Amino acid sequence: MGTLNDEYLKYPERSYGMDHDRYEWSMLQDRKPISWPNKKKVALWINVGLQFFPLNQKGIPFKVPGGMTKPYPDLRHYSLRDYGNRVGIYRFLKAFDRYNIKPTFAVNTRLAERYPYLIDKIKERGDEIMCHGFDMDALHYGGQNIHEENELIKRSLDGLRKLTGQEINGWISPAKNESENTPDILKANDIEYFCDWVNDDMPYQFKTNNGLLTAMPLPTELDDHFIILNNLHAAEDWADQVEDALDFMLQESTTQGGRVLGLNIHPWVLGQPHRIQYLERVLERFSKNEAVWSTSPNEIIHHWKQDL
Amino acid sequence: MKEDPGYYDYWPYENRPKITWPNGAKVAFWVAPNIEFYELNPPDNPFRKPWPQPSPALPGYTSRDWGNRVGHTRQMKLLEKYGIRGSISLSTALCDHHPEIIEQCKERDWEFFSHGIYNTRYTYGMTESQEREMIKDSIETIYKHTGQKCAGYLAPALSHSENTLDLFAEVGSELFGDEAGFYSCDLFHDDQPTPINLRNGKRFVSIPYSLEMNDTIAYLVQKITPRRYGQELKDNFDRLYTEGADSGTIMCIPTHNYQVSNAHRIKAYEEALEYITGHSDVWVTTGKEIAQYFLDNYYEFAQADIQQKNSNYGNVKR
Repeated sequence: MGTLNDEYLKYPERSYGMDHDRYEWSMLQDRKPISWPNKKKVALWINVGLQFFPLNQKGIPFKVPGGMTKPYPDLRHYSLRDYGNRVGIYRFLKAFDRYNIKPTFAVNTRLAERYPYLIDKIKERGDEIMCHGFDMDALHYGGQNIHEENELIKRSLDGLRKLTGQEINGWISPAKNESENTPDILKANDIEYFCDWVNDDMPYQFKTNNGLLTAMPLPTELDDHFIILNNLHAAEDWADQVEDALDFMLQESTTQGGRVLGLNIHPWVLGQPHRIQYLERVLERFSKNEAVWSTSPNEIIHHWKQDL
Repeated sequence: MKEDPGYYDYWPYENRPKITWPNGAKVAFWVAPNIEFYELNPPDNPFRKPWPQPSPALPGYTSRDWGNRVGHTRQMKLLEKYGIRGSISLSTALCDHHPEIIEQCKERDWEFFSHGIYNTRYTYGMTESQEREMIKDSIETIYKHTGQKCAGYLAPALSHSENTLDLFAEVGSELFGDEAGFYSCDLFHDDQPTPINLRNGKRFVSIPYSLEMNDTIAYLVQKITPRRYGQELKDNFDRLYTEGADSGTIMCIPTHNYQVSNAHRIKAYEEALEYITGHSDVWVTTGKEIAQYFLDNYYEFAQADIQQKNSNYGNVKR
């Protein structure tokens, strides 16, 4: 022991606020309450990841959660992820329509290129689409070459905009990981909101070199992949947790204004025959509650900005 | 390196001198919210990596930040509802970063104890003088911002050296005599307070701070469901309450605002708090008050009993 130099006991960022300048320090309960339209209490944003996990995963600088884990060719994980895009997603769409719930889709550009049938289907529905990066192995990470990342983001957005015909102003990075430059590059490419910083339950303003982004709250802790495949809880336990979260937010909204419940789900997880009933259970619960507003990120931001 | 840290003697959990908490309570119950600051870009430590991804490591950093922005107030209101004053395990740099949180806790007469400077600065690799300086900084920071003389310690991120408890006790005495530096939450060997052997002989006590009931251990390591966690809290309490009729026990719930205050978890936590505080013979208190009560009333009896048993049975002696 005794191997640290004295710099280890110096704290250059030890002062008021954050240890970086991306956003202001602010406690949720100190902010002005937000009202949603039609006296709704909780804005429900169901975010469906449509993902392509390449079989020849490079894993730079780490293996994406949900990606290949076995030696090449890891057919079990490749094909089980693909199950979501072939089978699970159609169970999802039926369930959303049955309970009149509006989904939003976070799409890898490579997925859109590979499966035009599925993208056409979503375009016809008119649901909001955001870019989920190029593919699940195209990570954004600290120390990444800025020119390489510039090109990657431009390629992802140009491609998805062309394939969907939508303006695409939302972003979620694969693994919700970023480089130190990602927010600046996103804003330069006409992104308005992103979902990588899971540090709030409401939208907030995030500074970039090119103007403000809106950071949107999409908690990893309620993600189906995280609860079912990382925590190894049953799908029924996922449903219990979602319902408990809804109950709590409804209660909190009575004194603190509107809340956002962001649910990130994946057709390769909840789209399985033995799990789909639990998605249906929570969708039914949402659909029966008058205080729940089923909506999309752009709608949420639009109303949130009116009350800012 | 030693094969045994040498802090305490073997002391079987039967036939100990009976502890009775104030008003005849069977269980001393305390809640220890960790209020922490994790850095986005901490310096390297050769013994432990702060984050799994290269900086900016958003998954870990942003979740901790959520705890301060959103989670803190939720848990604070909940504890207030059940008449519980938190005993805060504090990353003391948070006094500089987020003084609003410190003010809210001061207004509620919560206890502040030292959990180092940042939870991304580890004790591993520090010289004795570096660790002493870090501990001193943390105790002085608590005094400057809260007026409290820091009684307790939980090493930052549970990173220790062989000297940690000695240094904490010594720096406490240097600054405030016997009023500071007299209990530790770093050891998990018992359900009752135990005297700790230190190199300067100071009267010092280990207060149970359960790792098993710690929300982060439950949710990140054991990965249990919120409702299961709530049930485990009740089960833990039930047993300690029963045994507390024979001799007073301690139940601690160590929490983290970024875990326990999540919308999908706080209901299960509330049910457990309601259950525990709904019992008559519970002393709802703080870590410091338990330690002080033990030092004032039972420390000498305990020491005498331990020494007696050491000589009767030939337990390993120090």
